[in-house]
Amino acid sequence: MAKKDTINALIRRGLDEEIAEKLAEEGLLLGDVRSASKEDLTEYLSDEEAKEVVNKVGKKKKKKKKKKKKKKKKVDDEKLEEIYDDKFEGLDGTAKKIKELSESKGYHMSHSVIKRLSEGIDDHEISEDEYEDLLEMVNERLNNRKIDSKESVGIVGAQSIGEPGTQMTMRTFHHAGVAEIGVTQGLPRMIEIVDARKVPSTPSMEVHLEEEIKGDKEKAKKIASRLEITRLKEIADVEIDIAETCVTIKPDKGRMKKEDIDIGEIAKKLNKKRGIKGEVEREKDAIKISVEEGKFSLLYETVEESKETKIKGLKGVERGVIRKVNDEYVIYTEGSNLEDVLKMDGVDMEKTITNSPTEIYQVLGVEAARKSIIREAKDTLDEQGLEVDIRHIMLVADVMTNEGELNAIGRHGVSGRKTSVLARAAFEITSQHLLRAAILGEEDKLDGVAENVIVGQPITQGTGAVKVKYTNPSKKDD
Amino acid sequence: MAKDKELNILKHGLVPEHRLLPTEEEKEVLDGLGVDRENLPKILISDPAIQQLVKVHGDINVGRIVEIKRKSRTAGVAKAYRLVVKRE
Repeated sequence: MAKKDTINALIRRGLDEEIAEKLAEEGLLLGDVRSASKEDLTEYLSDEEAKEVVNKVGKKKKKKKKKKKKKKKKVDDEKLEEIYDDKFEGLDGTAKKIKELSESKGYHMSHSVIKRLSEGIDDHEISEDEYEDLLEMVNERLNNRKIDSKESVGIVGAQSIGEPGTQMTMRTFHHAGVAEIGVTQGLPRMIEIVDARKVPSTPSMEVHLEEEIKGDKEKAKKIASRLEITRLKEIADVEIDIAETCVTIKPDKGRMKKEDIDIGEIAKKLNKKRGIKGEVEREKDAIKISVEEGKFSLLYETVEESKETKIKGLKGVERGVIRKVNDEYVIYTEGSNLEDVLKMDGVDMEKTITNSPTEIYQVLGVEAARKSIIREAKDTLDEQGLEVDIRHIMLVADVMTNEGELNAIGRHGVSGRKTSVLARAAFEITSQHLLRAAILGEEDKLDGVAENVIVGQPITQGTGAVKVKYTNPSKKDD
Repeated sequence: MAKDKELNILKHGLVPEHRLLPTEEEKEVLDGLGVDRENLPKILISDPAIQQLVKVHGDINVGRIVEIKRKSRTAGVAKAYRLVVKRE
């Protein structure tokens, strides 16, 4: 590790190991320590220690160096409050009346029903009696439209998504959406969503900017360039010097300016990089990494490692494209790193999203993941011009997030976790399941559908779930 | 580079409103749904949304119920409940 070499170099100059370690931890290079004044060092060390460092390592000439601006972290004193408001409860006027009336009658009316009803009758004069009649009628109709008890919604859902799915094109023809960024679509995308893949084949983010700067193209460009990952090889010439067993890095000034970075920062990044074993030294326009003499393989390793060193940007984000959407500049990225993007300055952390439900699950939790699955699946289907009722997709999302984790539909997820052996065996890899169950002596209670079909009993669904008892009316009075 | 910005994920557009259900209200909710506590969908205690609620309420025990107010395309606003559990 380059850090280690710095430590060794400092110790060689007569410093305590402890102090050397402290300095190296801060990412300082030998050159930095040498030119640092006592004041600079007190930022990291105690007064006495700093004095010692300056005496032993520091240059004789006292250089005036700009004091580092100490960034004072502003701690938000904003009170943490539960984000939970009742604005949706705030049904007013007619809607409120309907809600209260329906509740007193014991009707279960959803929010949207009440809202639509109130919109419909707002312009009319209606007496109290008529209100009651009206509500009764609405309630009756609602109940008629409710799904029956014990209905197999899962099968219906599977068919309803599956049938239109057959019409999905197996390949993506065109890159709709963002001009330069291709996103997987159609059936492969659908499979990806339902499989709850860790990383989708084309991860992508939609980065929104904060209110004040969202109309500013220049600012958007700047943020986009901060997102994109830049490696050392893109902005510098990396040369190898076999005679001196060192690597010389000459950054291109134009590129450095464009990327808004200076040579000192690059040196720091190199020093912190784990794979680089050598002493990082900063010269005027270049950075030199000296490796132990005679170790040529190490030298070559160092070249490769330093070329790949990340200079700026977010891990995983390869490209950012700016697009204007309704007077607002939005950055679309290739590659995704939601957690870090949300923490960036200038990024609207309420609207910025990624297309990977798994990543959303990790950063924002199950409920957000559920919403994301619905959104992505619906968008994929809509994009292909297929109409699937959203309730089917909601059911899929509910099942996937039921356990608090993101489970895939299929062998490794929901179907593989069924309690019943026969149900699992009926799905896939039959023999393994049966064999395992036999070895462990598993029991099957025959509660579910698949296992009852296998043994030839009525299933516990639909009419099979209820027992009918008939009392002959003529004998009733006996 | 990324600076430390206080990230309250509950403010994110994708995250619906979460509320820790007071223990007094639990019975009413469960009776209304006609289910036992264990039949509710789960939410892990390590879930980011729960961790955010911990910052407000202090520690949340396993077995508590969280009320989630979802904006739904079909029902307008729907309330859902999740049981706080530990990862198995």
